[in-house]
Amino acid sequence: MTVYSPPGSDGAIVNYESRYDHFIGGEYVPPAKGQYFANPSPVTGQDFCEVARGTAEDVEKALDAAHGAADAWGRTSTAERANILNKIADRMEQNLEKLAVAECWENGKPVRETLAADIPLAIDHFRYFAGAIRAQEGTAGEIDDDTVAYHFHEPLGVVAQIIPWNFPILMAVWKLAPALAAGNAVVLKPAEQTPASIHYWLSLVADLLPPGVLNIVNGFGVEAGKPLASSNRVAKVAFTGETTTGRLIMQYASENLIPVTLELGGKSPNIFFDDVSRLDDDFYDKSLEGFSMFALNQGEVCTCPSRALIQQGIYSDFLAAGVKRVENLKQGNPLDTDTQVGAQASNDQLEKILSYFDIGRQEGAKVLTGGARADLGGSLSGGYYVQPTIFEGNNAMRIFQEEIFGPVVSVTSFADYADAIKIANDTLYGLGAGVWTRDINTAYRAGRAIKAGRVWTNSYHLYPAHAAFGGYKQSGIGRENHKMMLDHYQQTKNLLVSYSPKAMGFF
Amino acid sequence: MATRVDVTPAAADMMRQLRGQHGPLMFHQSGGCCDGSSPMCYLEGEFRTGQSDVLLESLKIDGVDEPITFWMSGSQFELWKHTHLTVDVVPGRGSGFSLEAPEGVRFLIRSRLLTEQELIELS
Repeated sequence: MTVYSPPGSDGAIVNYESRYDHFIGGEYVPPAKGQYFANPSPVTGQDFCEVARGTAEDVEKALDAAHGAADAWGRTSTAERANILNKIADRMEQNLEKLAVAECWENGKPVRETLAADIPLAIDHFRYFAGAIRAQEGTAGEIDDDTVAYHFHEPLGVVAQIIPWNFPILMAVWKLAPALAAGNAVVLKPAEQTPASIHYWLSLVADLLPPGVLNIVNGFGVEAGKPLASSNRVAKVAFTGETTTGRLIMQYASENLIPVTLELGGKSPNIFFDDVSRLDDDFYDKSLEGFSMFALNQGEVCTCPSRALIQQGIYSDFLAAGVKRVENLKQGNPLDTDTQVGAQASNDQLEKILSYFDIGRQEGAKVLTGGARADLGGSLSGGYYVQPTIFEGNNAMRIFQEEIFGPVVSVTSFADYADAIKIANDTLYGLGAGVWTRDINTAYRAGRAIKAGRVWTNSYHLYPAHAAFGGYKQSGIGRENHKMMLDHYQQTKNLLVSYSPKAMGFF
Repeated sequence: MATRVDVTPAAADMMRQLRGQHGPLMFHQSGGCCDGSSPMCYLEGEFRTGQSDVLLESLKIDGVDEPITFWMSGSQFELWKHTHLTVDVVPGRGSGFSLEAPEGVRFLIRSRLLTEQELIELS
């Protein structure tokens, strides 16, 4: 067991600067209007640094820098770009522990997760896209004996990326790695709830990228995000967030006729068929862990398995075992490597979760465990902690239909396979799902029948770089991860070449 | 007469402030992840509503000349229509492009079940 010292305190392995400006054209630039906002740690609720409050003027400056760098960056060899991505990954690996502690302090998530998941996955993401871009090839189509269609991949140019606060570094890397690999210059806006950890990351790798290739403008959505997303100087907008902002970004994009990729969340079903309880073995234990996965990252995951559907034959016993498992989760200081459940990322997020406890109870859902804010005492009393919570109810309730984004699961039962699929698909969203069964035929059929972009089968919350991630229905447009992501950051150039000296004969 | 949406005094204060700073306002209730399930406050007309949206209420706020419209997508409304919404405001950092975030606060929805009488009046 290790308990890391808070950044900024004696014995800390990593410290934040007291202030972060915008990173534009390879250097730090103060905001045009000279304003900053305070950035609290969710661990204690206390401010630990201040961050530039960007406006349209800063966004324009970042776009100038990006446009100045984009052409040359787009013409670098794939070998050169891949080398840079690999070097970024190496620097991150050398500083993994520091990055993990910095991210924990910024977001409130337990350091055991950042050590084991967030940062290692981000490192691997750079390496994956370093490899993918080297291996990518265009095509040559032989149209006829004299005519050849060549297809080349070309970068889009300058792209805008708006990052969420639930995995500040990893979600930035999901967007950055393919965009940079494909040869684009980027203007990135971190979430205003978690604006600082990306700058610590940048302090480790900034010297590896040519000036202007990556620009970071901080600030609020309405003041910095909107001028970026609505700019006619970007070739694409990538956004992770929620539906109303997603629609607004599409509206801006329609004015500029540019593509968007949107990841807008879900209400993912986690389905447990009767046969998981047939034996009391490792697989049964794994399926109970799968049930408890709603508490991973305090439920602040777009694919949080926030609806558990348990087949009637095992319902009571499985749910009782699940409640016991969840009650044994260790909630505490996120900087303690033994802590499994940390703090919610912000006060408004905490308030929203509490408002769902209220409407859940009013609609008649039964609280099987949790259901309240957690006061961890001492310096953690000001932090944003919520007890892992299990509701029992039915799929028409709002707690079954809305993404609470907290450590909250809503549980109901189903009669048979058809009933399971019906309930699973009775949602506006389709991002993730889980299927748990010992029967490969049921697993396959359920996986194909659920209308969601990712169906974990006898697993949950794995995020390898080479598995496509994205939503059906209102969960969004496009995918992240996997080499197919390069397409989302590339144009297709077709050279259609005639090798015949003869006129076509039309005129 | 029953209403679908009310506002707390603190939220009304913030709406008056934002109206004074920016101009006429509207709300669109979000869904989905991160800041989903939060009401987004925009300049009136900034967010283009269409056939997929439902106007839940035109809020009358003392000191604001024009009503502030409150919208939601129709598919989401189908799942919310049995509940009454109260727009509140809490300290927070917000997100999305909602106008109040730079003020250090976030609009928040509190919900209760509509009574049978209210449902009859609203139908």
